[in-house]
Amino acid sequence: MSINRRQFLKMVGVSTVVGIGGTAVFNGLRNSGLEAAQTSPDPRTLTAKRWGFVVDTSKLQSDEDYQKCIDACHSIHNVPDLSGLPEEIRKRQEVKWIWTDNYERTFPTAPEDEYQNPELKEKKFFLFCNHCAQPACVRVCPTKATFKRKDGIVMQDMHRCIGCRFCMAACPFGARSFNWRDPRGKDDNGKPFVNPEKENKEYPTRMIGVVEKCTACTERLAKGMQPACAEASNGAILFGDLEDPNSEVRKIIATKYTIRRKPELGTQPSIYYVIGGGEHAG
Amino acid sequence: MYDSGKIIAGLIVFVLLVTFPFISNMGKASAKPKPSIDTPVINEMAVKKCVEPKEFMRAEHMQLLNNWRDSVVRNGDRIYVNTAGQSYNMSLQNTCMNCHSNKKKFCDECHNYMAVNPYCWSCHIQPKEQPNEQPKENML
Repeated sequence: MSINRRQFLKMVGVSTVVGIGGTAVFNGLRNSGLEAAQTSPDPRTLTAKRWGFVVDTSKLQSDEDYQKCIDACHSIHNVPDLSGLPEEIRKRQEVKWIWTDNYERTFPTAPEDEYQNPELKEKKFFLFCNHCAQPACVRVCPTKATFKRKDGIVMQDMHRCIGCRFCMAACPFGARSFNWRDPRGKDDNGKPFVNPEKENKEYPTRMIGVVEKCTACTERLAKGMQPACAEASNGAILFGDLEDPNSEVRKIIATKYTIRRKPELGTQPSIYYVIGGGEHAG
Repeated sequence: MYDSGKIIAGLIVFVLLVTFPFISNMGKASAKPKPSIDTPVINEMAVKKCVEPKEFMRAEHMQLLNNWRDSVVRNGDRIYVNTAGQSYNMSLQNTCMNCHSNKKKFCDECHNYMAVNPYCWSCHIQPKEQPNEQPKENML
């Protein structure tokens, strides 16, 4: 017996209509029995339409001011510390959620000239994920492991990451780090990358071969807490809703001169830097 | 039939080889897994209840954990309201393992028996267990 294309399509059509073909069958088979249960957000969760940061560089003076925030973030999130590795390897394999760099490398396309405040050129700037409104990393991720949440946070799902590193190539801000080594491993001197004595037992580590980055502390926002860096920064890092004209971050952006990193790329970064702010600044 | 002796002898050897694992293990069923719920937190509970009934958890905990993961990571919903109407924080590391702090006697007991190797623990931190035995690394 053989059927032609026309007969086959008729058969498929009729069987779908009477419900013995198509998705009806598969949906019936996939019943996992969890219909009665429900999920909901934690009532303490801080909400916004688009979370953003304001970094006031004038409030960050000593190296300690920076290190305090970096340590707060990295210890809470069990970020592996590769400082025990030889310098050359460490540079390439370093895992960082928040770090610092100089003016030139932070704002490579910002206008500058030889008479500019020399302090500015020597100053360090905080760098972390910009949680862009149009994130390039999200567009290129083949597994949707990185995605944009409704509140504007660019989130990373470590369960789905296949370690292809497209996102690292796409991100213009270098905010993403690849786990070249098992974060549970040790360096040549036997020093663990994540110290089991100091690790945060409430937060996972990552595994070798996944990409990680700042998640704007989604786990803390769910408990009604500010991101760890903002909390440790003594007001130098402010966190708030960019879509709310009455939020503190919007008030600062409206009244002070702020710049963003590489705005010409069109990713709409959500970190605003208040520049200057010495005695003479307004 | 030519060479019948060799063929039959060969067949016998073949059948013996193939059935060897079955023959050698006959009547030696390994002990059924007995996951233990003997942990300080569970012992203190007046009514020993998991987030869902025992039978459901036994059969469906993997789907439940998958749904929890998707809900928390992808939707940001962290509260689970169970069929009895009670709320729980959806967290393997902080909710499940808070009670079931005996991973070796609880998780591994069945997982080893069934020869499944879930890779939860390559990222999630397992509870420190009381006996000084080092848990075996079962990373990928």
